[in-house]
Amino acid sequence: MPEEVQKEIEEVLSRDYEWGFVAPIEEEVAPPGINEDIIRYISEKKEEPEWMLEWRLKAYRIWKSMWERGEEPHWAYAHYPPIDYQSISYYAAPKKRPKYGSLEEVDPEIRRMFEKLGIPLEEQKALAGVAVDAVLDSVSVATTYRKKLEEMGIIFMSISEAIREHPDLVKKYLGTVVPPGDNFFAALNAAVFSDGTFVYVPPGVKCPIELSTYFRINAARTGQFERTLIVADKNSYVSYLEGCTAPMRDEHQLHAAVVELIALDGAEIKYSTVQNWWTGDEEGRGGIYNFVTKRGLCAGKNSRIMWVQVEVGSVITWKYPSTILKGDNSVSEFYSVAITNKRQQADTGTKMIHIGKNTRSRIVSKGISAGYGNNTYRGMVKILPSAENARNYTQCDSMLIGNNCGAHTVPSIEVRNPTAVSEHEATTSRIGEDILFYCRQRGLDEEKAIELIISGFAKEVLRQLPMEFAVEARKLLSISLEGSVG
Amino acid sequence: MKPLVEIRNLRAGIDGKEILKGINLTINSGETHAIMGPNGSGKSTLAQVIAGHPAYEVYEGEVLFEGENILELEPEERAQKGIFLAFQAPVEIPGVPLLEFLKTALNELREARGQEPVDTMSFLSKTRELAKEIIGKEEVIYRGVNEGFSGGERKRNEILQMRLLEPKFAVLDEIDSGLDIDALKLVAKHINEMRNPERAFLLITHYYRILEHVKPEKVHILYDGKIVRSGDYNLALEVEEKGYDWLLESVKA
Ligand SMILES: Nc1ncnc2c1ncn2[C@@H]1O[C@H](COP(=O)(O)OP(=O)(O)O)[C@@H](O)[C@H]1O
Ligand SMILES: [Mg+2]
Repeated sequence: MPEEVQKEIEEVLSRDYEWGFVAPIEEEVAPPGINEDIIRYISEKKEEPEWMLEWRLKAYRIWKSMWERGEEPHWAYAHYPPIDYQSISYYAAPKKRPKYGSLEEVDPEIRRMFEKLGIPLEEQKALAGVAVDAVLDSVSVATTYRKKLEEMGIIFMSISEAIREHPDLVKKYLGTVVPPGDNFFAALNAAVFSDGTFVYVPPGVKCPIELSTYFRINAARTGQFERTLIVADKNSYVSYLEGCTAPMRDEHQLHAAVVELIALDGAEIKYSTVQNWWTGDEEGRGGIYNFVTKRGLCAGKNSRIMWVQVEVGSVITWKYPSTILKGDNSVSEFYSVAITNKRQQADTGTKMIHIGKNTRSRIVSKGISAGYGNNTYRGMVKILPSAENARNYTQCDSMLIGNNCGAHTVPSIEVRNPTAVSEHEATTSRIGEDILFYCRQRGLDEEKAIELIISGFAKEVLRQLPMEFAVEARKLLSISLEGSVG
Repeated sequence: MKPLVEIRNLRAGIDGKEILKGINLTINSGETHAIMGPNGSGKSTLAQVIAGHPAYEVYEGEVLFEGENILELEPEERAQKGIFLAFQAPVEIPGVPLLEFLKTALNELREARGQEPVDTMSFLSKTRELAKEIIGKEEVIYRGVNEGFSGGERKRNEILQMRLLEPKFAVLDEIDSGLDIDALKLVAKHINEMRNPERAFLLITHYYRILEHVKPEKVHILYDGKIVRSGDYNLALEVEEKGYDWLLESVKA
């Protein structure tokens, strides 16, 4: 390796947190419980300005009164034991030290999955928290791209950093799409969010890479209460990818993230998610509760927001990426595939709120239920009187594998403008023993057969993902359904 | 001539109900056998048991393929050994394009046999050509497997698959049902083209019609889970003329 390349890599490695996916290194963990002192503690640890602290405290007070009024949502088609919010620790510094000396020490189940996904060895180590001695390919790639992004004026950093370095931008947009009082978990997140990502793309700039594709090792170290804010200024374009296919374990059971997207005139944001948090065991013990509020605002005319999600993990998922189509001629699309297996429960869907004229939305939801899983699609399409000529198309397909799982569809369509049109289509199919036997008779083993059937079923969604992730996501879907038939 | 398939005293059923009550049958490489019999006599059960459908239970007996008992093998392992079943009622696999399905299947078979994956381009052109000839239109290969196919198209699709997967032993369960005379001739033509000294066929049918075009070496009559009569092609002719009742009378007598 040429000396200067080596040097550059070393330099990058030595300041590995600068890129900002991880909070500054600390040793402390806040004592369990939530109160104003804890909020102050978090804000201080993060060296936040006064306005940010005030913002958090206000959110905390909203959350507290919601909690006192018993407004924790229970309406989702999901059942879980009550969460004791006073037993959770709301601030923990990220671990810098790797947990393991070698891959052999990592849970064999996770290693098996890495192998099946075809994740390169060095990346496996980094993902699992193994000390890495060799140079990561993606790090040098990251350096190259980082320079390029900076030259183009694209801001891509941790939200903590952005609060310090770009306070005006953050102040202008934070909480404008998902206000702290929006819902119980959004309020909690606003009060205690640990870290997250901030992206700003200046007018007319097309971001040349999938943000976070090359940074997934860092991106994988997501926090318990993440906050993401993405602003695409006029006529800009950005594609952002959250999460990764590798299985993620976490000692925190409750995850409550908030994602806000803002697209100004003619801007386009594509937000893709691959979620593979720990699902818990066959009895559902120990899985992650994933309560996420994601919302985009098509603020400007001709703006466009696209959500793509592959939801595989977590024991309970509660998530409705939504778009407010405010600008005239704005467009939003939602493509989702969600799997529930074992004891998983997923309650997902989307809301499309049409305000502007000629706004268009398209919803494609694919739910796969296996084992004792329960999958609920909850969709809402709301066309306001101002939304002249608005159009919505919703397609909602369910696939059932075996006899103990369930699929539920709860669509809600409200059209309040006579020139608007909303179409809804739904199908349910079942992979039974006969389909599987047909495939096996032709030489495919059960796993291969399910991979083929599932990727056929989810094709329209997988196609929207960045290429390299589409292949992994396809494998991930079939792996998570292993042994679920028969 | 060496035996390719030997079925010995096979007793099998489903849900505790015995359907096959002691089947003995030997098929040599290069031969085509036909099994005829009234509805419910157990023809499809025999086919499913040979292919390894997990819902069926085997109580006794063996099925040897190239001398090895295959009853303990998984269905895909039997397929990899070269056993093919054309289903009486082929299922639909929505969303999985036929071309992709067949290519995946062929490559799985090849991998199990230690062969290289097929060349995509030549496989594509071969599949298109055969689809056009057998199903009548080549676009069907881009559709989901049997998705929106008519009954007849599904049967033809089984033949298309047999041609591409080139099994050593093909069991065709009522491949002729629901086909018009032209389709029947086409199916027979493809079976005949595939016949060679290494390969064997078991044709399950109600009707004499297809046998006229295929001319099997041996014909067996299955009744109530047992082979009650075996003979050559003339046995089929006799059944055609006199019906099963005649035969059953003569068996009982
Ligand atoms: N799943 C099943 N459960 C119970 N009985 C069955 C089942 N499938 C087939 N049978 C019975 O087994 C017998 C043989 O069926 P089958 O092998 O399909 O006959 P054939 O193909 O000769 O018409 C019939 O009496 C049929 O009713
Ligand atoms: Mg039958």
